[in-house]
Amino acid sequence: MLEIIIRLALLFCSISMLGLIYRVIKGPSVADRVIALDAVGINLVAITALISIVLNSHAFLEIILLIGILAFIGTVAFAKYLEKGVIIERERNH
Amino acid sequence: MSEIINILIGFFILAGAVLCLIATFGVIRLPDVYTRNHAASKAATLGVMSILLGTFIYFYALEGHFNSRLILGIVFLFMTSPVSGHLINRAAYYSGVKLWDKTVRDDLKEYNKKMMGKSSAN
Repeated sequence: MLEIIIRLALLFCSISMLGLIYRVIKGPSVADRVIALDAVGINLVAITALISIVLNSHAFLEIILLIGILAFIGTVAFAKYLEKGVIIERERNH
Repeated sequence: MSEIINILIGFFILAGAVLCLIATFGVIRLPDVYTRNHAASKAATLGVMSILLGTFIYFYALEGHFNSRLILGIVFLFMTSPVSGHLINRAAYYSGVKLWDKTVRDDLKEYNKKMMGKSSAN
């Protein structure tokens, strides 16, 4: 029963990733695409957790934290680029 | 006992997956950037946190393996996902993405106008 539930959850996560990729391709503004890519990263975290249950190993659980951090840094960098035009500013006072 | 734990794991994982699916329907169907971000940054976060909690219970109860990285991942997602949603929404507003044409109020626009008037008066 648990196995069927986990397969079903994998199916749902895959469908939701497909929908997000549709929004990445179609989205009218850049912010849409960034939001959808952030959500794709978060869904990838869920898929990694489910796959590690299916394979019955806890070797992949570090990857979850890694993907979370990378998705956050990427989104913050993109937001700063959209707002200011640069990611790392060159302001020196000397 | 084991059956109760199985039901708990199944409930958390299924609820999380359904929440991810609902978030995606929101991202596809809602009309403008801000409402889409509302769907993506709340529902997907709760869904993934629920899936990670189910995974944690699975490894702890059925294998006796206490994985602290999963708890750390839950806390990290809970802290960072709304922050990144806020940042990207703010960037979208200031880079001039239009609101939905049936929006009735825009407080930030009036506030910005007032602040601009005050700064030019000084």
